[in-house]
Amino acid sequence: MDKIYLDNAATTPVAPEVVQAMLPFMSQVYGNASSIHSFGQEAKAAVERARDKVATLINAKPEEIVFTSGGTESDNWVIKGVAFARKDKGNHIITSAIEHHAVLETCAFLETQGFKVTLLGVDKYGLVDPDDVKKAITGKTILISIMHANNEIGTMEPIAEIGAIARGHGIYYHTDAVQTFGHCPIDVDELNVDLLSASAHKFSGPKGIGLLYIRKGTRIAPYLHGGDQERSRRASTLNVPGIVGLGRAVEIAQKEMESESLRQTALRDCLIDGLVSSIEESNLNGHPLKRLPNNANISIAYVEGEAMLLTLDMEGIGVSTGSACTSSSLEPSHVLAAIGLPVELAHGSLRFSLGRNSTRQEIERVLAVLPVIVKKLRAISPLYRSRA
Amino acid sequence: MSDQLKMYSDKVMDHFLNPRNVGEIDNPDGLGKAGNPVCGDIMELSIRVENNVITDARFKTFGCGAAIATSSMVTELVRNRTVDEALTISNKAVAEALGGLPPIKMHCSVLAEEALRAAIDDFRKKS
Repeated sequence: MDKIYLDNAATTPVAPEVVQAMLPFMSQVYGNASSIHSFGQEAKAAVERARDKVATLINAKPEEIVFTSGGTESDNWVIKGVAFARKDKGNHIITSAIEHHAVLETCAFLETQGFKVTLLGVDKYGLVDPDDVKKAITGKTILISIMHANNEIGTMEPIAEIGAIARGHGIYYHTDAVQTFGHCPIDVDELNVDLLSASAHKFSGPKGIGLLYIRKGTRIAPYLHGGDQERSRRASTLNVPGIVGLGRAVEIAQKEMESESLRQTALRDCLIDGLVSSIEESNLNGHPLKRLPNNANISIAYVEGEAMLLTLDMEGIGVSTGSACTSSSLEPSHVLAAIGLPVELAHGSLRFSLGRNSTRQEIERVLAVLPVIVKKLRAISPLYRSRA
Repeated sequence: MSDQLKMYSDKVMDHFLNPRNVGEIDNPDGLGKAGNPVCGDIMELSIRVENNVITDARFKTFGCGAAIATSSMVTELVRNRTVDEALTISNKAVAEALGGLPPIKMHCSVLAEEALRAAIDDFRKKS
């Protein structure tokens, strides 16, 4: 039985051409990109080629791209770095209740250091209202951070509007684009973004490498000290193989983005329509249209997410759930709570995230298998009986 | 994958995928409920008691793999035990009978113990 991987929002398989591009930089081209001899310069040239590709993809300048270890580092750096650099201007940060924990927990840390954080709520689809952003701004606001698309429910936020509001007030605007970078078109000027986080392993690149876009003129304190790499903005020997892999993944994204987005959207809708119509009392979470091409998040009444996940895994199908039972906190997803989903349904949520390897046959197999699993688990569930 | 690296033991997976004694006993001698939907697990356990011995136990559970497996195991452990013996079955004993549970899932075994105690309380109130 072929295994079916539908957890691409967690991580993607590295594309074979990315692996091929990286291999020489783990053997022949081993120089430190900071060294001035030819060993180093060869590595440096490869790094700068990758930087150019990233900049082109999002309509930025190469010097505005800094390589990091990934989305979590980029989010941490932005929030702490702007807080440090602009604390003379104010101490207020605006973000949303559905951000990734890398944003939320960094903001919570800053609150212990005297900063004030406004967490904006969202509507039932997970959308932030730009008017709420406007109303939350005070004379002390230094940063607004609202994600491009939510990693759990797939909702795409109106970030161009939010960015315009921030710009109008002279406030920095950051977006966590970890789920959209390489999948959806991004133009940092059109989106009015000053800072943007992305991670290679979410779009067929390797783990442990990501980037932060920093618009020219944006003040941000360094996060890592101890070297003058990345124009003294981030110390640490450059991860050359990772950067080369990220660059190759960007090339693939540039070439395939349009066709893959259409192809995956069609498969996604086939999956959503098929599940919601064949499983009674199931519903889609997130916005029906303003959503990532690859994300389907479904809540299924009377059954628990981990139980479905494990049974799907026995069938070779890998998905994820917002149920508390797979988290260490034992609380269901903060995103599903923020959209007002009743806890029982949050416990019964499954996230399917498609990738460039996903096929129609795989979706059909899920549509054949999951309704049977739900029926079996509902037969065990005391909630299902008491409903009747 | 070696057994130690897996989240659940083979025995937990067996009881989760092939749960024993699912259902409800008509007019049970004791009925116990534990958990709540907010926490993501609910268990209902019904028992038949004859001459102070538990002769049948059936369950229904809404919950994760560990919750379903511990529910299944507790119905096996109480069979043919006297009510007093059944009361000595702890959540740890249920977890051990399953070959252990990950630390984060130990609370699921508490669900099974609580449902069992509730069912026995109910039996004693009725008798």
